[in-house]
Amino acid sequence: MNERIAGTEIEQLIQLLARLPGLGPRSARRAVLHLIKKKEGLMMPLAAAMQRAVDAVTVCAECGNVDTRSPCSICTDPRRKDNPMLIVVEDVADLWALERAGIGPVRYHVLGGVLSPLDGVGPDDLSIDRLIARAPQFSEIVLAVNATVEGQTTAHYITDKLEHSGIRITRLAHGVPVGGELDYLDEGTLAQAMKARTSL
Amino acid sequence: MQWSGDGLIIGVRKHGETSVIVEAVVWGRGRHLGLVRGGRSTRMAAILQPGNSVHLTWRARLDEHLGVYTVELDKPRAAALISDREALYTTQLLCAHLRLLPERDPHDRLLEMATTILDGDFNALGRAQILSFFELALLDELGFGLDLSACAVSGATKGLAYVSPKSGRAVTAEAGQQYLDRLLPLPAYFGDRSTASLADILQGFRLTGHFLQMHVWEPRNLEPPPVRDQLLAKLQDRASGAVNSPSESKP
Repeated sequence: MNERIAGTEIEQLIQLLARLPGLGPRSARRAVLHLIKKKEGLMMPLAAAMQRAVDAVTVCAECGNVDTRSPCSICTDPRRKDNPMLIVVEDVADLWALERAGIGPVRYHVLGGVLSPLDGVGPDDLSIDRLIARAPQFSEIVLAVNATVEGQTTAHYITDKLEHSGIRITRLAHGVPVGGELDYLDEGTLAQAMKARTSL
Repeated sequence: MQWSGDGLIIGVRKHGETSVIVEAVVWGRGRHLGLVRGGRSTRMAAILQPGNSVHLTWRARLDEHLGVYTVELDKPRAAALISDREALYTTQLLCAHLRLLPERDPHDRLLEMATTILDGDFNALGRAQILSFFELALLDELGFGLDLSACAVSGATKGLAYVSPKSGRAVTAEAGQQYLDRLLPLPAYFGDRSTASLADILQGFRLTGHFLQMHVWEPRNLEPPPVRDQLLAKLQDRASGAVNSPSESKP
């Protein structure tokens, strides 16, 4: 039987931290011990920062990004305002990944997932209607969803919805990743890469 | 407990940070689930896509446990599917239908039909026709098969033109005259397995959809798979000439 080794407050903190991605009970315990040791230098500023974030974080009503204001800083960025390209992503992590890649001053739309019959996610659970409403502002919509069966079903669903809009609908290329060795790639990706080959 | 077999992946659900629960239909074993450790890695994610055929080894301490799968890719289809809209919708619909089967109960007839649909060199019409047969077979395997062999009223085996929406039994054109507003039209290709027109195929889907709704989706509190509507909408577009696929010329 597990014996409690610390007070309720500390145990609760360990349990909550253990629920974070990448952390288990052992690593959560180490993190809590570290926080306790650095109470003033780390624990208190962290608690204050988390409280501020809890108070301020909101979902952008326009694109679905998370920020401390709505419309978010991306939607209100004047450099992006006249860009005719909209990039559709599954979730905020993908938006951040594209921003890190420095693809330019584009605007985004976060779907909030993909169509997944297994998880019971249907078109009404995603922000597809909002995307259809925003679409006429753009001349190109890039469907940057994952190259999975569910991701591409979602992409085709959106394409069907925008079929008669006259907007150019594109998707990201599928193929060999930078640093990828052909020998280790799956046959399907290789076949797609071969189909999408370009002239040098 | 351990066994090995070949199967078709029909669903993948995330489990924890690195693992997934794979749902596959295995020859001789039916719909069977198992945990794949490390299934969310880049290499495994490419293999664990619905529509891919795989070689599976399942291990568990007891038969009733979820168990752990070891997966090797046998026939990759997902990468080819994702660029073909109708093939992708068809695959998703097949997977949604196969998920209706009870667990660990072999239904090799459906698996065979599913792999035929996935691998066959059909045009859109041919694929839709065999998919409607698949729905008919699914109803049969679930215990709600339609009786299209003889007329429920006269016992005649020729001239069958309608189906009773309640009993699922065929009715001849003559016997059905006075119930026309209630009977469902029976497309001829369901009886004689001939090549069907697009209008007939859509009629076939309406028929199977009615019985799937009545016997399967509604009692289980399920909505029809949205991808079925999308696929039928594409077929209807084709009927009205809005879509002209380059694969139309195939046999």
